[in-house]
Amino acid sequence: MHWGFIAIALLYVGILVLAPLVGIAWVAIQAGWSTIATTLRQPDVVHAFYLTAVITLITVAVTSVFGVIVAVVITRDRFPGRPLMSAFVDLPLAVSPVIVGLMAAVLFGRGGWFEPWFSSHGIQILFAVPSMVLVTIFICIPFVIREVVPVLKELGVTEEEAARTLGASSLQTFFRVTLRNIRWGLLYGVALSTARAIGEIGAVLIVSGAITGKTETATLIILRFFDQYQDAQGYIVAITLALVSILLLVAIETFKRRQERMRQT
Amino acid sequence: MSTRTPERAALPPPESPEAGRRRSVVLRGVLARWGLRGTAILYLGLMIALPTFAVIVHGFSDGLQSLRDALAAPGAREAIRLTLVLGAVTAIVNVIFGTLVAYVLVRYEFPGRSWLSTIVDIPFAIPTLVTGVMLRALYGPNSPIGSFLEGHGIKVIFAQSGILLALLFVTLPLVVRTVQPVLLEIDETEEEAARVLGATRWYTFRRVVLPKLRAGIAAGGLLAFARAIGEFGAVVIVSGNIVGRTLTAPVLIFQLASQFKPEEAAAIATVLFGISFVLVLVTERLVRGKAPA
Repeated sequence: MHWGFIAIALLYVGILVLAPLVGIAWVAIQAGWSTIATTLRQPDVVHAFYLTAVITLITVAVTSVFGVIVAVVITRDRFPGRPLMSAFVDLPLAVSPVIVGLMAAVLFGRGGWFEPWFSSHGIQILFAVPSMVLVTIFICIPFVIREVVPVLKELGVTEEEAARTLGASSLQTFFRVTLRNIRWGLLYGVALSTARAIGEIGAVLIVSGAITGKTETATLIILRFFDQYQDAQGYIVAITLALVSILLLVAIETFKRRQERMRQT
Repeated sequence: MSTRTPERAALPPPESPEAGRRRSVVLRGVLARWGLRGTAILYLGLMIALPTFAVIVHGFSDGLQSLRDALAAPGAREAIRLTLVLGAVTAIVNVIFGTLVAYVLVRYEFPGRSWLSTIVDIPFAIPTLVTGVMLRALYGPNSPIGSFLEGHGIKVIFAQSGILLALLFVTLPLVVRTVQPVLLEIDETEEEAARVLGATRWYTFRRVVLPKLRAGIAAGGLLAFARAIGEFGAVVIVSGNIVGRTLTAPVLIFQLASQFKPEEAAAIATVLFGISFVLVLVTERLVRGKAPA
């Protein structure tokens, strides 16, 4: 019985998850190294990767810093409405990315709530990078928080109290004790956010206008290549992203295991 | 998705009752406490609460008229139906196989077990669009497998089965990682006792393990459903978005938004979002509500 179950599990996961990875590798390699090189050197492709990197960096920085703050407040503070805060943190996980894009359009688009203020100041939000950053942040908010909160809950305040009685200031306590204790959970959340930010398409598609060379991310350029029947180039950029994701996956698994190991001690 | 364990039955409570009532050192001092609290509230309020509210208000700005207009669009009703049906099928299939994979990962030792665990997490790391692209590479009309299947009348890409494959791919880890912690907590000795008394593994699973797993399985299934009905990136590239046949609700919302019909898009979005949000809340209750054995 054992081996039957194991075999079925391996087969299912193999066919569902592994096979497509192999498929794309095969197709990309079939394109030939010269096509791969020329595609990856195209200015619009280079810009797309660059834009993805910038958006991801800003998103991860913001969601990490504010995520830790929210996690500390959720676990250590007590005030009416705290469970509501928890529910809000989980909200982005329930929302389809196209709806997130719609949110930005409603707030910053023509006739939007904030549009008059921003256009009178000459700042463009929609169809420009700022809106792309905002929607990606929205989508990535839960990851760091959800990984840090359980760690904070389990740790309790005793170590922090001990530091305090030994004379440490609040700031010192936070950086030397709290932050050190949550580091694996935090890194796990950061890795998950990074992967999610790189992969964002639905929201970014709606808010960016996909203007080549200005607001086109890596995922958007893949979509454009397939729309324009440039399949080979689409596959090449896609597998580049896939490779980056695999690297991230290694990081994710490492941080996850370190975190689990730490929580067992 | 978080893979945190809901309760840590193995760890003793880290604080005495009095310690629990003491404030954390970090929040000592009124300024620090209100500063941090205020930052957290502002952050979540501006980034999450405000946009959500804006979309819901926009969706109902015309009362229900926007919703009626949206549903009157060609293929709209079919899109919603297809989305819900495919979501349900995805949830059911992945509940079955996801639970199996979780069981295998928790209860068995075999070479390659950590590889299996890592592969299960791949959908968490891969961009959804790349998922769709991979499926197109593997099953598209120009691929060996694709053309073989089409020769037998089975269309995967630009058909509903392709959408299903994409949805199964992205939701698998959700189910596995939701069921796994629950399985980890179930005391293996009860299963062993049943086996010693002569029960088969299947009987043991059905009568001893499954009842305890119900909340976790339900949570995993609901999460998978909520995720599946909102999926865009993988679907848009795999389905061909054929009105009435492979057009899904998220793609429809995108199309309405691009056609500058934000009220109609917001109307359908609110419906979709309402369903997902309620499901995620229910899931959280299920996962948090169950007490350790």
